[in-house]
Amino acid sequence: MSGAGAVRTTGLAAWWGAIRRDRKATAGAVLLGFFVLVGVFGPWLVGDPHALVGIPLQPPSAEHWLGTTGQGQDVLAQLVVGTRVSLAIGFIVGIAVVLVGALVGVTAGYFGGRVDGLLSLLFNVFLVIPGLPLAIVIAAYLPSGPATLALVLTVTGWAWNARVLRAQALSQRQRDYVAAAVVAGESDFRIITREILPTMTSLLVAQIIGSTTYAIGAQVGLEFLGLGDVSAVTWGTNLYWAQNDSALLTGAWWTFAPTGLCVALVGFGLTMLNSGFDEITNPRLQLERAWRGYLAARGHKATRSTPVVGDRG
Amino acid sequence: MAEPLLSVRDLCVDYVTDRGPVRAVDHVSFDLAPGEILGVAGESGCGKSTVAQALLRILPPPAVISGGEARFEGRDLLGLGEDELRELRWKRISMVFQSAMDALNPVIPVGEQICDTLHAHRELGRRAARDRAAELLELVGIPAGMIDAYAHQLSGGMRQRLGIAIALALEPSLVILDEPTTALDVIVEREILGHIRTLQRRLGFAVLFITHDLSRMLQVSDRVAVFYAARLVELAPADELRRAPRHPYTQGLLRAFPSVHGGTVELASIPGAPPSLSDPPAGCRFHPRCPLAVDLCRERDPEPRRMGSDHTAACHLAK
Amino acid sequence: MTFLLRRLGFYLLSAWVALTINFLLPRLMPGDPATALFARFRGRLGPEALQALRETFGLTEAPLWSQYLTSMGHVLRGDLGISVAYFPAPVADVIGTGLVWTVLLAGSAVLISFAVGTALGAVAAWWRRGWVDTWLPSALVFAGAFPYFWLAMVALYVFGFGLGWFPLGHAYSDDLTPAWSLAFVADVARHAALPVATMVLGTLGGWLLSMRNTMITVLGSDYVNLARAKGLPAGQVALRYAARNALLPSVTGLGMSLGYVLGGSLLTEIVFSYPGQGYLLVQAVRNQDYALMQGIFLVITLAVLGANLLVDLACLWLDPRIRETAT
Repeated sequence: MSGAGAVRTTGLAAWWGAIRRDRKATAGAVLLGFFVLVGVFGPWLVGDPHALVGIPLQPPSAEHWLGTTGQGQDVLAQLVVGTRVSLAIGFIVGIAVVLVGALVGVTAGYFGGRVDGLLSLLFNVFLVIPGLPLAIVIAAYLPSGPATLALVLTVTGWAWNARVLRAQALSQRQRDYVAAAVVAGESDFRIITREILPTMTSLLVAQIIGSTTYAIGAQVGLEFLGLGDVSAVTWGTNLYWAQNDSALLTGAWWTFAPTGLCVALVGFGLTMLNSGFDEITNPRLQLERAWRGYLAARGHKATRSTPVVGDRG
Repeated sequence: MAEPLLSVRDLCVDYVTDRGPVRAVDHVSFDLAPGEILGVAGESGCGKSTVAQALLRILPPPAVISGGEARFEGRDLLGLGEDELRELRWKRISMVFQSAMDALNPVIPVGEQICDTLHAHRELGRRAARDRAAELLELVGIPAGMIDAYAHQLSGGMRQRLGIAIALALEPSLVILDEPTTALDVIVEREILGHIRTLQRRLGFAVLFITHDLSRMLQVSDRVAVFYAARLVELAPADELRRAPRHPYTQGLLRAFPSVHGGTVELASIPGAPPSLSDPPAGCRFHPRCPLAVDLCRERDPEPRRMGSDHTAACHLAK
Repeated sequence: MTFLLRRLGFYLLSAWVALTINFLLPRLMPGDPATALFARFRGRLGPEALQALRETFGLTEAPLWSQYLTSMGHVLRGDLGISVAYFPAPVADVIGTGLVWTVLLAGSAVLISFAVGTALGAVAAWWRRGWVDTWLPSALVFAGAFPYFWLAMVALYVFGFGLGWFPLGHAYSDDLTPAWSLAFVADVARHAALPVATMVLGTLGGWLLSMRNTMITVLGSDYVNLARAKGLPAGQVALRYAARNALLPSVTGLGMSLGYVLGGSLLTEIVFSYPGQGYLLVQAVRNQDYALMQGIFLVITLAVLGANLLVDLACLWLDPRIRETAT
């Protein structure tokens, strides 16, 4: 990004620029970056998460910052090591789900007619069939492990993206530049990949981020049920074992609290990054805040009818 | 003019943004006589709709009325409290909004939307209110059977007429028409305007007729006010304005909207675009687009000046 | 009417897809119910038993289409196979015992969350200041970022284990027998309080935001402005003109979110040892009880489809524009 004042208005560079300008999005990026670093480098800094290092169910201490599990393993080590797999699967599924969704959605939106009818029916059915039970049923037949999880999460998650991307493709299809390309004789494939998809870059990135949030949460849920590889160390399996070892009933909050907190922080960070924060704070309300401040400064109430301020002749 | 129905003096309306207030209506003054039709013309964003909504005090945040006076039937509109405003609204002043489709509640039957204001003001019984609603529908030429229909079941022309029916429910003395026919085709437009004129003659209410279509307005109005960039730049009887416009902007508008009658005139639009209200040009706001601009125009803002018995214009060069 | 018929047709199609998935999975995947059952009881059953079991599960030598028809017939008669985890109870019976608790939990959570969230959203949009609008939405969105079942774990720990205000699990006290008495109902309510509360907390933010954002847009619309100009009292403007219209997208969204919420409620049940489908699901997974798993999947899908139909009815009642269009 050169500092010469050049501001790109479309594509990835523009999106990155927007992130840096928006404080909340930057905060989200920092939060996410922190977890990525932990995931990548953390495992080398902590001990073996499988090792039995102490008496089971010890509360946090100087020796074990987050205490020990029901088996006597170090909670912090498990948390850090689990970060890598959980985030990795999350990102992979996030991307996969958007790819499949784009494939189906853009095809449906672009071609319209029967193709659209059929594909729309397909993703609508997948939207209405409850995801978790379906995921469980499919995963149960397959060997447990990250590949199964990724497959199952993709199968149950793609429909939402398909729906959104179809709507976008449909609206782009009506635009003049597409009509021009059709008249110029460009093939459908080229129109989709060269003309339409580039306009959807920031939407696709936003979708990937949103889907990653979904993937991490859903993954943790499935592993909590015992469908992941329970001998592996991930955030979800940590929670599975915490529940299994009756952490709650023995008061061992440290075995499950930090993990859940991490899941939430990553999810929150991703949401902030998506500037989905706009949804939360609503720009129209920001505008009204300026108005309220203006009225308050002049000793005026903010009335429902248009207020009258200032000297009147 | 005998005691005016509405008297506006130096009205100012600001929109509060996080960069400070932007003036959308700047020291606007005019009078309106009882039963008179005053046309208000100007490009989009010039402040004409804002003035109308300011009178009823229904401008949403971040609007603020920052100065001036508005007296209606002797009452100070800007000094009224919430309850007094609610009483006055619709009973004395009503409004027909621009896009009638959007101005109707999609989930309540249309008859209800006449009755609720009847209930809110006069506490008419249910039966009496329904009868009145049917009467009003008839008045504007909508079949009485549509009283329980929903907005989406009516055609565009019907919806606009319904808007008029609602506006006349309490027999107000002033009806504001905000671009009442912009969304309609020409034939329906003619019909609607005919309706309005007939009703106005019959019931005697005053009209504030806001539109960007100057030629249409000249046919219907008694007097015309021309707005530019939040200012009132010319005010005169319709005939006089058509014959002898004094402000260069009005002259430009007339050239852009030639009359169907008379000889062939070359269509000419005014070059450039209206200025940004947050950063208006120095001196006269119209000078960047004015073919007659001189140095004085770039330096000093012209005040509205009287010329003739009932003609006001804000231009250094007008006589 | 056309609208309802179209929706019904869609739900029937979706149900059929679910049934077909159930049919195809054991035939496409490495494991199968009969073998799992046999492996579990190895030693106690003769080899002919495996063949009999396979027939029970419809995995016969007959051609695929014939198997398909037979299995459809079974399902339509309510025969969902034999459970492994609760052998020899039929799957349908096992599911039946837990169904009412799941419906109670998920149903109350969804209704309460939607009602409260939507109401708060309307309040936040109408008053536009104060705590309802400033930090509540952000706080609730943060709460929603936690997995529901984790919130359940925290709630159980703090309120059940720590403070002892609520029971530590199950649907009702062990020493009570189910009856339509006030005491029993109160007991059930006490046991349901924490699970429902955590689910409500996790989903509240979404409804609040959705309603608030829609309502803010609606409040800026011409018809609300006209309502004000007509001199209508503020309450009427807020409810009949604004909220009534802002509600529509939220209700539509309710239908789409039901499947997701139900998934979360299953996991919450596990934390509280609540005797619903979630608990059965865990047992099914542990015991490789495919028949039970697939039975639960089917029943839950049908429940979600049914609930969606109810939501569609609500939409029809709320929005007169839908009554005409056949889209």
